Amino acid sequence: MNTLIYLIPVALSLGGLGLVAFLWALKSGQYEDLDGASWRILDDGDGEGESSQTL
Amino acid sequence: MSCCASSAAIMVAEGGQASPASEELWLASRDLGGGLRQTELSVPNAYCGTCIATIEGALRAKPEVERARVNLSSRRVSIVWKEEVGGRRTNPCDFLHAIAERGYQTHLFSPGEEEGDDLLKQLILAVAVSGFAATNIMLLSVSVWSGADAATRDLFHWISALIAGPALIYAGRFFYKSAWNAIRHGRTNMDVPIALAVSLSYGMSLHETIGHGEHAWFDASVTLLFFLLIGRTLDHMMRGRARTAISGLARLSPRGATVVHPDGSREYRAVDEINPGDRLIVAAGERVPVDGRVLSGTSDLDRSVVNGESSPTVVTTGDTVQAGTLNLTGPLTLEATAAARDSFIAEIIGLMEAAEGGRARYRRIADRAARYYSPAVHLLALLTFVGWMLVEGDVRHAMLVAVAVLIITCPCALGLAVPVVQVVAAGRLFQGGVMVKDGSAMERLAEIDTVLLDKTGTLTIGKPRLVNAHEISPGRLATAAAIAVHSRHPIAVAIQNSAGAASPIAGDIREIPGAGIEVKTEDGVYRLGSRDFAVGGSGPDGRQSEAILSLDFRELACFRFEDQPRPASRESIEALGRLGIATGILSGDRAPVVAALASSLGISNWYAELSPREKVQVCAAAAEAGHKALVVGDGINDAPVLRAAHVSMAPATAADVGRQAADFVFMHEPLSAVPFAIETSRHAGQLIRQNFALAIGYNVIAVPIAILGYATPLVAAVAMSSSSLVVVFNALRLKRSLAAGRGATPGTLIHSGAVTS
Repeated sequence: MNTLIYLIPVALSLGGLGLVAFLWALKSGQYEDLDGASWRILDDGDGEGESSQTL
Repeated sequence: MSCCASSAAIMVAEGGQASPASEELWLASRDLGGGLRQTELSVPNAYCGTCIATIEGALRAKPEVERARVNLSSRRVSIVWKEEVGGRRTNPCDFLHAIAERGYQTHLFSPGEEEGDDLLKQLILAVAVSGFAATNIMLLSVSVWSGADAATRDLFHWISALIAGPALIYAGRFFYKSAWNAIRHGRTNMDVPIALAVSLSYGMSLHETIGHGEHAWFDASVTLLFFLLIGRTLDHMMRGRARTAISGLARLSPRGATVVHPDGSREYRAVDEINPGDRLIVAAGERVPVDGRVLSGTSDLDRSVVNGESSPTVVTTGDTVQAGTLNLTGPLTLEATAAARDSFIAEIIGLMEAAEGGRARYRRIADRAARYYSPAVHLLALLTFVGWMLVEGDVRHAMLVAVAVLIITCPCALGLAVPVVQVVAAGRLFQGGVMVKDGSAMERLAEIDTVLLDKTGTLTIGKPRLVNAHEISPGRLATAAAIAVHSRHPIAVAIQNSAGAASPIAGDIREIPGAGIEVKTEDGVYRLGSRDFAVGGSGPDGRQSEAILSLDFRELACFRFEDQPRPASRESIEALGRLGIATGILSGDRAPVVAALASSLGISNWYAELSPREKVQVCAAAAEAGHKALVVGDGINDAPVLRAAHVSMAPATAADVGRQAADFVFMHEPLSAVPFAIETSRHAGQLIRQNFALAIGYNVIAVPIAILGYATPLVAAVAMSSSSLVVVFNALRLKRSLAAGRGATPGTLIHSGAVTS
């Protein structure tokens, strides 16, 4: 019973962390272009430095 | 890499033929403030990282472009550009050309068409919140089921209640609102049993928790909500979006025109104030404001609004002209014969407003199912309650069992059965280059037995295309393009597109309507136009199919043009035949031309010289004879019939109005998109029915268990999750069959036009 006192808040806050991380990812457009992101990682930018720019 | 390396010469022509007018691009762009605008273009041929780098590089090289980003998932490029650079107004067509030069097709998509809306964002948030709540409550519930002792169980129940309460209010509000709306209007829908089950189970569980009870349903109510919200979100993605076809059409009618009074004075008047009998001046490049008759002047008129044909007609004194047609080359003086409200464009708008054929009457499969489902569920729960009251007389237990019945029968799998299949099918169609406007369109497409096709722009490409570019030296082509820049004639546009970016030639320029362009330079007089005009002798062919470039009446080059049939037309018509679908042609063009094309494609059922109204009538007649017709068309003259048809499809090269009016838009050139879309929709329809069968089968097994009172929260959780998963996996089979079926129809679509060099 005693362990529950800290284990439950830990479990809940970990879940909450996941939720917040998901909402952040959604908001910052991480899911906008799933196909393109996997290709962009190979793009060295050729000195333009603009490829990482988001709209 | 190889998929992107395409032959630039071919693709430029393709990119060019689709390019919308600069004016349309301006109107479709979004004002970001601070002199910046944003344009969304679709690039259906972008497939890999090299495509991203090429397109973005091409755009960033332009000084007007502030930012450019390709989205490979939606195959779109979003360009933020400056309205002015160095005092010069930006021409957004340059972006299209820049992309086309690198070998990619582009189509304009106006913002509202696919923009993520607020409701979708809220739904996704609600899914996230309910998902969070469901996992945490499930964690606690598993501990309870594993045999937590009384005090711990109560604690876990209380924590669950604290999580579930806010989650139900936040994430469940969509269902509560919709259920309340239905009840208030004396109806019932799928959301009523959902709202009832969720709130009743929460209430009962809270009551049990207070009374230190053994069973609480917090996990069931939140998991239920989680699954249903996923279904609702997917369903929302498949909902039809507001159509702006009619407002797009209204844009084609000019706001006003210059009226010449009998005393010779001129006045610019709003189009509504123009009366029959007024004399009007329509300059080159303007649209005809009202129906009228030509008093003086000669010009080429783009009448694609009226008959869908791209080749301009020459009009001269005495000819009648329709409102909305575009005056291409010379100024005209007209006498108005009708007021704006009686004019041609107004008639089409009226037809489109009236034409809400199969679309409006169609009830979606899910709605039809819900109509029988929810009363049955309510009745079942009520009977269970009454039954247990009669047997035991214990209100609490009877209530618990009734709630269990409501939860078990809650349309979890049913709510997922349709949207999951439709989202997967839409994804499959998108990969094949077909965009779906809404889910009901797919259901309707699966039902059709007749396909009616427009000719120009649908069965054919619809624009003249330079076919002998390889015979002409690049220098001559560049000269011709430099001259052609001065004209809006489709032939001139085709030359410009073949040559790429051309700087206008310097000199004294004159465009002779119905003949060509003449430029007096230091080298001599260049002429580009009909053979008669350029070298002073009539050629073997008509003016439409060739253009001559001459210097001082000496022929320098002969450009030949053709309106080619759309690739894979014949195969597609045969494929439709194999699917058991009848085909027909609806065309506004002359009978001999239509007959020739029909016989070459093996279509016996064709109609020629149809007005937009007659097209609608043919379609209505087919509907009355009991046929469900798919109409494929592209022009403004097709817009009413696209709307009136049971379901409709348009190529991405179609006029804005046509694209908006259609349910499906196909982005690649081959016509095989049509049988591909039909096959996919039919397959999706099959899977939907299978899913319904699975969901009903689940209920047949689970409901007796619930009615007999054996459905503990553990049983409910397992049953609900497994039935939902089965339905989802069944839907995903559609995706697998894509890989298997690629050889059949969509194969030709995937890399259409991307000629490997």
